[in-house]
Amino acid sequence: MSAAPSIAAGTADSASAPTSAAPREPAANPIRKCIHIEGVTKRYIVGTEEVHALRGVDLTINANEFVAIMGASGSGKSTLMNVLGCLDRPTKGIYELEGKRVDSLSPGALARVRNEHIGFVFQSFELLPRATALGNVMLPLLYSRKHWLGARRMAKEALARVGLQDRMDHRPSQLSGGQRQRVAIARALVNQPSLLLADEPTGNLDSRTSEEIINLFKELHVQGQTIVVVTHEEDVASNAQRIVRLRDGLVFSDFITRDDPVHGEFLRMIMKQAVDAAASGPSTPELPAPALPAPSLPAAASAGVAP
Amino acid sequence: MIILRLLLQTVVLAFGQLWANRVRALLTALGIVIGVASTIGTIAATSGLKGFVLEQFATVGASRIWVFPRQPREQPNRFSRNQIRMKLSEVEGMLAACPSLKQLTPIKQFAAPVQFGDRSLSNVSVQGIRPAWHDIEQRFVIDGRQFLAVDDAERRNVCYVNDKAIEELALPASAAGSTILVEGRRFLIVGVVETKMVSPAFGGGEPRTEVFIPYGTADGMKPEPLFGLYVAATTRSPELFEDARAELKFYMRNQRGLSGDDPDTFRIEAIEQYIDQFKKIAAAITALAAGIVTISLLVGGIGIMNIMLASVSERTREIGLRKAVGAPPSVILMQFLVEAVVLCLVGALIGLAIGYALTLALAKIPGSPLKQAEVPGWAVLLAVGFSAGTGIVFGLFPAIKAARLDPIVALRHE
Repeated sequence: MSAAPSIAAGTADSASAPTSAAPREPAANPIRKCIHIEGVTKRYIVGTEEVHALRGVDLTINANEFVAIMGASGSGKSTLMNVLGCLDRPTKGIYELEGKRVDSLSPGALARVRNEHIGFVFQSFELLPRATALGNVMLPLLYSRKHWLGARRMAKEALARVGLQDRMDHRPSQLSGGQRQRVAIARALVNQPSLLLADEPTGNLDSRTSEEIINLFKELHVQGQTIVVVTHEEDVASNAQRIVRLRDGLVFSDFITRDDPVHGEFLRMIMKQAVDAAASGPSTPELPAPALPAPSLPAAASAGVAP
Repeated sequence: MIILRLLLQTVVLAFGQLWANRVRALLTALGIVIGVASTIGTIAATSGLKGFVLEQFATVGASRIWVFPRQPREQPNRFSRNQIRMKLSEVEGMLAACPSLKQLTPIKQFAAPVQFGDRSLSNVSVQGIRPAWHDIEQRFVIDGRQFLAVDDAERRNVCYVNDKAIEELALPASAAGSTILVEGRRFLIVGVVETKMVSPAFGGGEPRTEVFIPYGTADGMKPEPLFGLYVAATTRSPELFEDARAELKFYMRNQRGLSGDDPDTFRIEAIEQYIDQFKKIAAAITALAAGIVTISLLVGGIGIMNIMLASVSERTREIGLRKAVGAPPSVILMQFLVEAVVLCLVGALIGLAIGYALTLALAKIPGSPLKQAEVPGWAVLLAVGFSAGTGIVFGLFPAIKAARLDPIVALRHE
């Protein structure tokens, strides 16, 4: 599956968006909220100081969206990811996952929500070193109440989906970085989660492998998977349908990727580099130059500040 | 269902974890291993000793009971020698008065010079007995005939000798029919009695030269020796020894007209009472062994806790991951608890194996009094149960620590 069409598919048609800043859905899917948070705040006590990591975030992500959450360190994106991933409870605010309130569940109940609805992909893969690829992928099913009779079959299917059907018996140490991340993605998919939540999924990979992984995400997205990627890399974000930027614990901007002013800047810079490189020598640029229609670039980033 | 499946998977996981760190696991479990092995060894040795001692008692007969005359230590000068010594009249009524007794014989024992041909022995044990003696002592005539009632009544000079006497006096191999001199009187040997090996604990050991004569004959030879007469009897069953003792005491006090605060002027001894005492001692030793297991398991348990804490700390990221993919705190708790228990049980099994080997070795020592040493089933259950308990108690704190880890913090842990 090539990359370009999926982005086009994700952003092509226009329909009335459910919320003001939210992007549109592919026409085939009825609009269904996957994630809905309202007025989410998170406060920590660090030493004697109170840190407001989130100061009232509203965000709706529909099913089958591919969203990038971006922000500098300290912007609250990790905290938001933890809240979205049900690893942490918001101090205040509403969180509905698949229409169900999950903002004040007990740790045990949250574990079950994570098990059934969320697939995590981490920057450093987090595979169990002594388990085989298959064993690693089966891990979530170990704790599942629904799927355990077919655990092995499901794990094999998930590995096949990421193209590792012939590496099932390999241990992580016998796999390349990209393959490890694929195993991790298979593990995230094995429970057929509502939401695939990736935290800097390419952070530990070289650019070529990163591309592979991003392409895999795009494929999964086309197959209907809802994906949220937390990243600080613009070229990763450029593959998402929509970019949500955080700053100081608030949603700073929320655009369809091609309308995102900051991303536009990035693209122009890439183009320029590519052109410069082509002019100066025969070497081809390393980074993919996304085939995007040149957006009508706004003059300043402030144009799209979220309410 | 889910609990069972999780438990099974957790056990498999725990074994995998231990196998991955097998040297460390083994060293950690060493406390448990040593504790269990030493306890099993001690209990087995105690059981062997008990078997040995009870066997010794059995050589005497568990239902044996004796009545001896006794100078009461409380009031040494109150009773005359004549009041104390046992009289035949007391013996004659005893069996009728004490229904718990099966049979009895008065025994009059003294030392006398014995001579055969040119061989003479100066201090030979001579016992005047009645025929019931054979059943009581379980010693029978192997050559010749038993004493007859008439031998007793007529105070005939007939006697039995034992093998040792034949040897010492250089009697002919078939001794019956020969005559020997006992205290200068001619005695016809009518039979040879078995020499019974009695445990050294009861004055046995090396067989001694023995001569037995009818009670009546002995009474004629020594009409009133000091404390010479005592009674050997058997109860109808070993458990009746307390009853027999009470009956005898009542009978004897009545016979002797003792009243109120008067001390007993006789002494009743039953084998069963020694057996009881010994059993109590053995039980105390066993309890001590159980105490050792408790202490050593405590020490072992601290090691287990230590290593489990280290394990939790090492595997923080793994715990974080497991939590992230949906392991609830209870399952993480169970995982670490099961691991601790499995560690302890593996230690207990190794300890049991060593304990068994030790027991076998003890029993195999030539001439060992612990030939019957064996590991009782309850000791195995005790060791395994206590070890599992140790795993639970000392694994709980690390497991709770693991279960309470915040997945976010755990995943960020280096």
